[in-house]
Amino acid sequence: MATSRDDFVIAFRSAFLKKKDKQKFSLLTLLFLSIFVIILSNFNFKIIKIIKAGINEVVYRSSFLVSIPENKIKKINTQIEDHMTIYDNYKNIETELENLKQKKLLNNFLMLENNKLRKLINESIESDEVLAKVLIDKESPFLRSIVLNKGSKDKVKIGMAVVDGVYLAGKVIEVNYTNSRALLLSDLNSKIPSLLEPIEMQAVVSGTGKHYGEIQYTKEEYPKEISTKEIIVYTSGLGGLFKAGLPIGKISKENNRRVDFFSDFKQLEYVKIISYNVMDKN
Amino acid sequence: MSSLNKISFSNISFSYFPIVILFLSVFNEFDFNFLKIQYFSFNFAHILIFFWTLKNPNHLGYMSIFIAGIINDVIIGIPIGVSSLCYLLICSATAYIRNITLSPNFINDWLSFLFTILLINSIQVIILDLIFLIELNYMSYLVNTGFTFIFYPLFFFIFNMINKKIIVKLND
Repeated sequence: MATSRDDFVIAFRSAFLKKKDKQKFSLLTLLFLSIFVIILSNFNFKIIKIIKAGINEVVYRSSFLVSIPENKIKKINTQIEDHMTIYDNYKNIETELENLKQKKLLNNFLMLENNKLRKLINESIESDEVLAKVLIDKESPFLRSIVLNKGSKDKVKIGMAVVDGVYLAGKVIEVNYTNSRALLLSDLNSKIPSLLEPIEMQAVVSGTGKHYGEIQYTKEEYPKEISTKEIIVYTSGLGGLFKAGLPIGKISKENNRRVDFFSDFKQLEYVKIISYNVMDKN
Repeated sequence: MSSLNKISFSNISFSYFPIVILFLSVFNEFDFNFLKIQYFSFNFAHILIFFWTLKNPNHLGYMSIFIAGIINDVIIGIPIGVSSLCYLLICSATAYIRNITLSPNFINDWLSFLFTILLINSIQVIILDLIFLIELNYMSYLVNTGFTFIFYPLFFFIFNMINKKIIVKLND
């Protein structure tokens, strides 16, 4: 019995403390170093912040360069898929265009009316936009985020909205000097205050880690109300981070808790980083 | 005599193969997500580190593994140091297995690999979920572990061939 325990101790010691010919550090030293780094990275000291930002800058740029061949393959793959479905897409787009032309007329009228009403209550919305390129778009199975090529140098701040066309795609969660990281709506940690239209119900859209979101914290009568209508999910503007009315997605017909996002996060190349300011002139 | 000591470019490139592939994989996050297969993901770095630190640790230094972990954390966006700790724990497991194994056997290695990645992913989930309060999808972790385990024999075969070539070339 004592011998087997001795064997274990010898094997354990040899594994953790002994250095091989070409190893400069023992495993135990490096294990302690990683624990030290984990603890250190949680302190918000200025020097740690600077080192972290420096590491991020170098790694993001290097990763962008290393990912060039994979991105090319991705692009070719998407192009082939697009070519395969070109005729079906054309037919769908034709009917959609006709519908949109009709809606545009109505939309122009509503915009004019909206501007008039804002003037009446002396309110205006100012927004700053920064166009950013997606540097890294790694769809990790655990966290969904993208790295953008604009940072504090371009006045990007934590919490700003990331928009794909007119659709909300996520928000900025980390800012370095020349780049920043945005958490996508599909990430489990993303929670966006939203408004369900036309039933005018407040809810929270939460990410699921997959390509769709989920409706949370809404009224009890929610399932009854949505059974017959097509529900579009917009940002509600609560919390003051996002402008109200940014389209997020629509409620799926198969599952009334599921939100199919308008933006396709796998195809993001360029996005806009936007901050809003509601000016009350009263 | 001098010709015997001459190290050719191919020898050097072969001996640095594990490190180069490890860094490429963490910088590039080999995930094949462009294939758009739902739930499909596997951790290539875990397979690579497990194999090379078990079979030929002289070609994959612990310091490089530590740095690769830091890079992986920065790219994925999780607290710095978590992946390094996990990668080094794989090294600890392989170092221990190496010390207690007299005659290496593929099935034993494969089962040890399953046990190791289950342990590593559990530690990672505990650190991220319970300490850093980052919400995680447990199913994704489980599926990822499953695919990583399934893919091990394929990469074992490839790496084993390369390892044999490295040994032959360096002994030439």
